Amino acid sequence: MEQNNRKAWLYLLPAMLFLGVFLVYPLIDVCVYSLEEGYNFASQTYWGLGLYNYAYVLRDPYFLQALKNTFILVIITVPVSTGLALLISLGLSSIRRLQELYQTIYFLPYVTNTLAVGLVFMILFKQTPYTDGLVNQVLSWFGAGPIDFIDGPYWAKMLVLCVYTVWVVMPFKILILTGALASVDRTYYNAAKVDGTPGWRIFTRITLPMISPTVFYLVITGFIGAFKAYSDVVALFGTDLNAAGMNTIVGYIYDMLYGTSGGYPSYASAAAIVLFAIVLTITCVNLLVSKKHVHY
Amino acid sequence: MKVTLQNLTKEYPGRGRKQPQTVAAVKDFSFEIPDGELVGLLGPSGCGKSTTLNLLSGLQKPTSGRIFFGDDDVTELPAESRGVGLVFQNYALYPHLTVRQNITFPLENRKGRDKLTRQQMADMAMEAAGLVQIQDLMDRKPAELSGGQQQRVAIARALVKMPRILLLDEPLSNLDARLRLQTREEIRRIQRSTGITTVFVTHDQEEAMSISDRIVVMDRGVIQQTGKPQQVYDDPDNLFVAKFLGTPPINVFDGRVRGERLYIGDEAVLPVPGIADQDVTAAIRPEGFLPGPGGAFTCQFRGMEVMGRDVSILSCHSSAQTPVIRSIVSAGTAAAPEAGMIRFDLKPGKVFLFHRDTGARLRF
Amino acid sequence: MDYETLKKNARHRRRAGKALTYCLLTVWALVVLFPFYWMVLTSVKSYGAYNSEWIPQLYTLEPTLENYVQAFTTVPLAGYFINTVIFALATTALMLLVTIPAAFAFARLQFRGRDVVFTLFLSLMMIPSELVVITNYVTITDLDLRNSFPGLILPSVASVFYIYLLKENFAQIPDELYYAAKVDGTSDLKYLLKVMIPICKPTIITITILKIIECWNSYVWPRLITDDQAYYLVSNGIQEIRENGFGRENTPAMMAAVVAVCLPLVILFLIFRRKIMAGVARGGVKG
Repeated sequence: MEQNNRKAWLYLLPAMLFLGVFLVYPLIDVCVYSLEEGYNFASQTYWGLGLYNYAYVLRDPYFLQALKNTFILVIITVPVSTGLALLISLGLSSIRRLQELYQTIYFLPYVTNTLAVGLVFMILFKQTPYTDGLVNQVLSWFGAGPIDFIDGPYWAKMLVLCVYTVWVVMPFKILILTGALASVDRTYYNAAKVDGTPGWRIFTRITLPMISPTVFYLVITGFIGAFKAYSDVVALFGTDLNAAGMNTIVGYIYDMLYGTSGGYPSYASAAAIVLFAIVLTITCVNLLVSKKHVHY
Repeated sequence: MKVTLQNLTKEYPGRGRKQPQTVAAVKDFSFEIPDGELVGLLGPSGCGKSTTLNLLSGLQKPTSGRIFFGDDDVTELPAESRGVGLVFQNYALYPHLTVRQNITFPLENRKGRDKLTRQQMADMAMEAAGLVQIQDLMDRKPAELSGGQQQRVAIARALVKMPRILLLDEPLSNLDARLRLQTREEIRRIQRSTGITTVFVTHDQEEAMSISDRIVVMDRGVIQQTGKPQQVYDDPDNLFVAKFLGTPPINVFDGRVRGERLYIGDEAVLPVPGIADQDVTAAIRPEGFLPGPGGAFTCQFRGMEVMGRDVSILSCHSSAQTPVIRSIVSAGTAAAPEAGMIRFDLKPGKVFLFHRDTGARLRF
Repeated sequence: MDYETLKKNARHRRRAGKALTYCLLTVWALVVLFPFYWMVLTSVKSYGAYNSEWIPQLYTLEPTLENYVQAFTTVPLAGYFINTVIFALATTALMLLVTIPAAFAFARLQFRGRDVVFTLFLSLMMIPSELVVITNYVTITDLDLRNSFPGLILPSVASVFYIYLLKENFAQIPDELYYAAKVDGTSDLKYLLKVMIPICKPTIITITILKIIECWNSYVWPRLITDDQAYYLVSNGIQEIRENGFGRENTPAMMAAVVAVCLPLVILFLIFRRKIMAGVARGGVKG
């Protein structure tokens, strides 16, 4: 086969140009930024190189708050959404009638605008002078007092955020898990059935091990996604997340970059690299754990 | 355990506009399997043999008809309560479990009074493994085994729970030719030593003939003939059975009966006492030809194939339904073609006549 | 063993299981659908009626479209729509122009270092957008492209994932077709346009739709790069409505805007349901 080097590079040129300018160069640049101390956005000057930006970010109470919020969000939503998605996918793959209808409905949140639907959740949970909101109405039937979920106590806000996050990430997980369940050879189930295996045992001994690679894939992508939570938080609590005490790491990065608190790309870069390091660590840990438990 | 199938029918609903009628996979299937026998369900693909097996195992429910294990009516019983052992065509070994875990899997399902201790389970697994001679593979994963070994594990897993009947779905189809011969003897041996009533499904007539006590030939959901393998081979009830059994396959000719004599072409080749004058289909087993200079049946000689012990004579005839007639004679029999023609005498027991339209056997 | 009981138990258990399954599935379907129902419902309640409901009503007997009128008149919602359509179409078109040749080069052309370059490309998939957005922000600001379509579009064009997806699809086309075309004197470009693209149309449609969805819902980058309402996309528009609204807290009008923003994608989804779900199942992640 003849080599046509020049032509090939010509075909690749546009892609390399775009990726180079907007992906590779920024990647290097962000590392440089994060080390430039006292960078001034207006004059584009700095007075030294060092780790000061990291030290600043890691001591910034806003960043620590964001870190805490993000970790709580991750630790609650990833297991809950994965478990729930598993349950629903199992149900979904055990039925035939209406299966497609349910599948279509379940996927709907994936294609809708996170900001827009977030507003609906806000309305459902929000207390205003005119109404306590629908959720509080339901709570009152059980004798629970009205709670301001949007501007009220921290745990209430976190609860709304978790509920909304789970709602948003479920479509992807259900889709992937239903696919994985469908790819398990039916004869395994027939074999187990002939042997009189009870349902829960079929699940724990056959189904779960067979789809374990997919489950781990979802856990890893779930962790990554949840660590990057931002737009759903904005949808619920507005753009001034620090004031609401609901900022996330990504939110902190953008706040450092832009808006009233912005103009500090160095701090933003340092925070972004800290985020990247956390995500990378968690992913590696996940991969190590999965190596141990996914056997075949 | 005697197994009785009574008027078993399984229908599938039609699929949309293209195929509005229901499709019957099994039609009015009645058969009795005596205790301790090995029965082969035989037929071309799509003949309903696998459906029959699934009905026996309880994985599918019949549309009508009844199934008895001994005197118990198990028709409505789900698979898990029937106590059958089932070996799947692709073995269905759980890939994430070791051989030992695969074999003990069915035992772990028992609960209440039937619950087994670990030691009991281990002993039973070892015993089942012993039957199929895989004791030294117990800690491997299925992926580390050859096809034949996987097959044995699958059989051990089916046997370990002491099933009332054992069902095998195309047990040999995933093995290579040499292993197939060996494994089918193995299945026969295991079945003999356990005495479990066994049903297996196959499309390979040689396989069914060689190890079954009894075979059931099926076509399009209907039983064509049942009986001991040799008996079915020697005395087929209809043209389908005659054509389906035997390698090389039977030679089929258009013929006619005139004055109690069978004519193929213009020659009267065989007296057929008691058959009225009519057009017939005549089928002659390859071993039914006796070459000789005075033979009544003349064919064009095409060649010889020497296959070790046997010699095949290839010839052709204008009334034959296949381009080549294959006859088998023992080596040393002189075949003397003259001017490109060869003459045969026919052995009466190897010639079968069938009704031209219905394919039903005309016995003489 | 009592066969009658066994039989009955098995049947009961199966029925109970089925019923439970359908219950669970229906409950989740309601959880998914309820916010959609609520946004539509609220959007057709009149401003007065909504605010007089201390206990929110689950239905309305006097639906009105006045909120939609208000959403499109008080706030430049139509402008946001046009911006978003321009943004989505231009970005997607450019994305295809960049992606198709690159995928073609990786799948079909032989050149030195191809495998190395492709591996490098794949490793780019791991870079989180949060990491590069900072420099991109600075770059676009330096180029004086804030509040402009090029500033919005350019950084969103290239996507390694789509190049990968398309390359895999291109690679499935048998080599014989290429050699046959070569023997007939077809140029590489003509082969790409006349053979590969038509054969891989399903995948190209899939990535087009996925990219449009991604563009329609994008929020972070537009927010960073625009502060002039004339360049707002729908997401930013919605956020703007949330913060500054209609001069007063007007939930029904806000919901009307939300419905208007969600509707195009829901329709797109219902038309291309299978393609979208298959595409996402092949490796899409909520972007």
